[in-house]
This record gives sequence, C-alpha cells and structure tokens, in this order.
Amino acid sequence: MKGTTDAGGQSSAVRLQDGPPGQPAGTVAGSSAARPLPTPATGAPTGRRRASFAARWRRDWPLLLMALPAVLLLLVFHYLPTVGNVVAFKDYDQWSGDTAIEAIVNSPWIGFTNFAELFADSQFWDALRNTLLITTFQLVFFFPLPIALAILLNSVVSSRLRGFIQTVVYLPHFFSWVLVVTFFLQMLGGSGLLAQVLRDNGLEPWNIMTNSDTFILLVSSESLWKDVGWGTIIFLAALTAIDQNLYEAAASDGANRWRRLWHVTLPGLRPVVVLLLILQLGNALSVGFEQFILQRDAVGRQAAEVLDTYVYYLGLLTQDYGVGAAAGLFKAVIGLILILVANRVARRFGEEGVFVRS
Amino acid sequence: MTTVTPAMRARRRRAQRPPWEEPPTVPGRLGKGLLLTAVVLAVLIPMWSVIVTSFSSKQAIADAGGMVFLPRDFDISAYVLIFTRGEVSSAIWNSVFVTVVGTTLSLVCTVLAAYGLSRPGSLWHRPLLMFFLITFLIGPGLVPTYVVVTSLGLKDSHWALILPAAVNAFNLMVVRQFFMGIPAELLDSARIDGAGEWTILARIVLPLSKAVVAVVGLFYAVGYWNIYFNAVLYLNDAEDRVVQQVLQAYIIAGQSPAGIGSPPALGFNAPPSLAVKMAVVVVVLIPVVAVYPFIQRHFTKGVITGALKG
Repeated sequence: MKGTTDAGGQSSAVRLQDGPPGQPAGTVAGSSAARPLPTPATGAPTGRRRASFAARWRRDWPLLLMALPAVLLLLVFHYLPTVGNVVAFKDYDQWSGDTAIEAIVNSPWIGFTNFAELFADSQFWDALRNTLLITTFQLVFFFPLPIALAILLNSVVSSRLRGFIQTVVYLPHFFSWVLVVTFFLQMLGGSGLLAQVLRDNGLEPWNIMTNSDTFILLVSSESLWKDVGWGTIIFLAALTAIDQNLYEAAASDGANRWRRLWHVTLPGLRPVVVLLLILQLGNALSVGFEQFILQRDAVGRQAAEVLDTYVYYLGLLTQDYGVGAAAGLFKAVIGLILILVANRVARRFGEEGVFVRS
Repeated sequence: MTTVTPAMRARRRRAQRPPWEEPPTVPGRLGKGLLLTAVVLAVLIPMWSVIVTSFSSKQAIADAGGMVFLPRDFDISAYVLIFTRGEVSSAIWNSVFVTVVGTTLSLVCTVLAAYGLSRPGSLWHRPLLMFFLITFLIGPGLVPTYVVVTSLGLKDSHWALILPAAVNAFNLMVVRQFFMGIPAELLDSARIDGAGEWTILARIVLPLSKAVVAVVGLFYAVGYWNIYFNAVLYLNDAEDRVVQQVLQAYIIAGQSPAGIGSPPALGFNAPPSLAVKMAVVVVVLIPVVAVYPFIQRHFTKGVITGALKG
C-alpha cells in the first residue's frame, strides 16, 4: 500500500527510463515501488504517521501554493471543458445565453437524442471507418519500423556516427504538420523535386499528394518520416537494458546473430512493445488532426475525413455543438475503454501494463 | 576492484565489438550502411533542397524547372522581401511573442507545480497528483474547449493559443520525476539551515535540474512555435496570423506571396515566387533546427525516455 504512492498513468511508463547508463545517479531508481519514500520534511517526525492537519498545513502550504497556478490553468482549460461535454446531452441553443457557456447551462436536456442523430449520420460511419482503416494499417505496417531502426542503430559500433544519425532522425519529430506536409509537397507533389527528375528523364510523374486511393499510404509515410526516429528512443533505452551476458551466453551456445536477435533481443523488448501497443490501442480512434485538415481539400473528404475532422466540421463549422460534442465524447469514451481493456488483457498475460494498481 | 555491471559492459561494447561476436560480413555491412544512409538522406534532402531553392535566383529556378538541388548562385532577395513586407514579418513577431511568453509561463507553472508535488506525504499530495494524472486519460474534446476559450473572451487574442496549452501534465511528471531523484539529505540540510521551500527550489533544486528544464522548455517552445490549428480557430484578423498559417497559405493552399502576384510592386527585380515560398519554409524551420542540437544531447541521458506518447 505505502510503496505505490503514485500509482497512476505515468509511473510505469516513466520507469522505462531506468535503462540507459550515464543518467544522473539520483533518478536511476525511478520506480516508485522500489524506492523508499523521501523523507517528507524535517519538521515532522514522520510523514506517514498523521501529524495534525494544522501542523501539516503549516509545513506544506508553500508546496500547495506552488501547485496553485498549474491547478487553476488545468481547472479552467481542461476540467471545465471536460464538464462542458454535457452539451452532448442538451439541445444547444446559442441565443439562450450571453456566452456559449451560459447558453449551454440554459439549454434544455434532451438525453441521448444527439447520439441518435450522430449514429444516424452516414458521414459519421464513413469517418469512423476511415479512422479505423488508417490506424490498423499503421499498426500493422508501421509499428515495427521504429523497432527495426532501433536495432539497426544499436548495432552501429562508432558512437559518434550513431550520435549523428540519431540527431538527424529525431529532428522531424519537432516539425509542425504544416512543415511536414510542405516538405512532402515540395518533394513528391506535382511540381516537386521527384516529379522534376522524372520529367527530365522522360517519365510521367505520378502525384501521390492528390491521389485519394493512395492517401492512406501518404499519411502513413508522413507519420513515419516525422516520428520513426523519435520512436526509436524508447526501444534504444530498452536495448541497452538487456543484459549483455545473455548475448555472450547465446553466442557461446552457437547462436548466430539472427538467432540472438530472435531469442535475446526481441524477448528483451517485449515489455516495451506491449506497453506501446496498449497506448496505441487507446489512441485507435485518434489518428491525428492537423495532418488531415491540411490535406482534406487536396484528396477530398471521401478519403481524408477522420473522426477528429468530422467533429470539427460538424461541431464547429456548422455550430452543431451538441452532436459535435457527442462525437467527441464517443471517441473519448471508446478510447478509454480500449486502453483499460488492453491493460487488463496484457496483465492477464503476465505483462506489466501501463497502470499500477495501488 | 570494481565490478563490471551490465551497464558498463554495454558502454564498453559500444567502443568495440566483443570478442565473442562474429566479424561482420561484407553484405551485412553494406546493407546496413545503405539502409542508414537512406534514412538520413530522407530527412536531409528535403531540408537541403528547400534551403538551396530559397537562395536561388530566377534563372536557377527556371533552369531547374522548380525545386533546385544543386546550388548555382546565391540570391537573398527572397529574404529581403519577406522581412521588409508586412505579412511574413508580422507573423514572425506574433509567433515569437506566443513562443516566448508561452514558454516562460509554462515553465514557471510546470516547475513550481512539479516541486510542489515532489514530496509524497505532504498535505493533499495524493489527490493533487491524481488531479494531474487524470488529464492523461480524459481529454476535454474540441467543441467544449472552443466553447470555454471563446466564452472567456479570448477569441482574436494570442492568449487563446497560450493558456489552453500552458500546462502539460506529461511534462510536469517528467520534471517531478527528476526532482524526486534529488537526494533528500541535500534538501534537509538546507532546511536545517533555515531555508524555506522557495529558497530551496531556487538555490538547490533548479541549479541541479538545468538539463530537464531545458528539455521540457524545448518541448513547450516547439509546441508553441508549431501551433497552427488553434490559430485558425481563434484568430480572425490577418495581422494576428502566426508563421504556420502563413506557411499553410503560401504552400499548401497555394496563394502567391504578397508583392509577387502584383508585378508593379517590385518591378522586374522581384524575386521568384518559389524562392519566396521556400524562404518562408526556412524561416519556420530554422528556429527548431537551431535550438534543437543544444537540447538533444539531454534526451539520450534518460531524462526524457518516458517522453514517448505512444
């Protein structure tokens, strides 16, 4: 009970950082379960035995004051909108109040009518189908690539060369989607570099940027270009955490490099892979937003409408706040259920999962 | 005698191959080298070509038929144009404002809250922690967020870009995790000397945490610089636009840059439209590329390994 004070979303994901050597000594024992609790403060005899409220208040009020600005910001810009989702159960009338919040408060309750309207909309199912298609495609074909790249990087012997490659491949993660789409346009678009080279060689250029049939390939390639390098970080950390004696033992038993990869490296990566799969599943209904908004006009709604863009066009552009919020809520609830179920399943199979129960 | 830990062995392995490993085969090395070269070039070629084109003259662009790959000449007229004419330079100032003010606010709130949460057993510690962690699981959604931001009268204000993004619970947990790793004795001894929490944070904790604060600061800053959609949502006036919007308008939506569409503006010396567009790309690109190498070395030190959001 006591040990797992911060049983919550992040604790085990953060624990993964224990792997790499050379990090500041203090953080090595990142696992909250393994580390003795830091002594609360010298003033009180022990943190755990209950001091009187007044004494604890006197001791800790500066800490609370420090947390206050962040708490206020999240209250207003995270929790208040979360509560605002009740508009999904209301018949929103924008004239019933001076501000939109007031209008929500004054609008009448209508139960699940908005959801019924949502589920009757064929465009919603199109968007849902596109979303699931794209996430499944990316999961099957693109999820393994950062693992492969991490293994490849890890096998580079020269640390300077490896550092250089890492610097380069992490970089696109920090580009905005506008910039990523721009680069793709200028390289692969109708007047891009590739089309020029093809034309110079007498070939007919093929514009992937406006082709709705290959849109799924395009968005996946963009995501890959942006984040494959960044995705290796977590696997690289896991790779350095694998006991090198295992490799030596396997080699002396006659395992060649492929067998070592199969029997030592991949099992060593399994916990991280499971963890990321769980998180991925929780995100199954969000493929990204800006990436699709930016390219929706070029390839058409048919291919590029995903749940997030649907919420935007329906909820904000047509001011149908009720149904828009219903769609958003549907997405959030499904995502939450998926992540909890996946976590449960992973634990059933003996993996650690994302959440540690206290 | 020091014992050899797996970690130390791993480090040594990096310097040279262990004796039990078979020597690499020629096709293996070749394949590996080709693959890694391809990955690196896939990132570098687009950036290179964009930069070269932005410095190219009309003639060079016409000869290349569009994007230039091999630099032929050096012409800065595209940059002169975007920095002297309103649209782009005002967008740059707007983005700089959002990034600087936003990052400062974010860092102050995040560091303070991370320190306030770094001591298990303190008053209301657990509920407070849950308050932050729950934000990972439940996102408010687009429509209600829009309702709140506009109801607060933030429409057409750059604060609409800053305040909703000001505190990221994930960054907060990264900083908190680091603070919790600082030896308690260090803080206790300061406390015995009569230092209050604010003094401890400023004099002891922060100087030890430069790396993590730098990394988290980079995350926030890049996030603010890259804001596009919220700007579309909340800003109506042309002079409020941020750089990503200008980039989108010029390249993805294909508008012609100001001063290019109307030839009389600059006469025959007008820089080529493509060079101007590419100069805008470079302006968006450069701050990220310039700051990133200074921070990047800290990623690998494990400060941020948890930073992967799925």
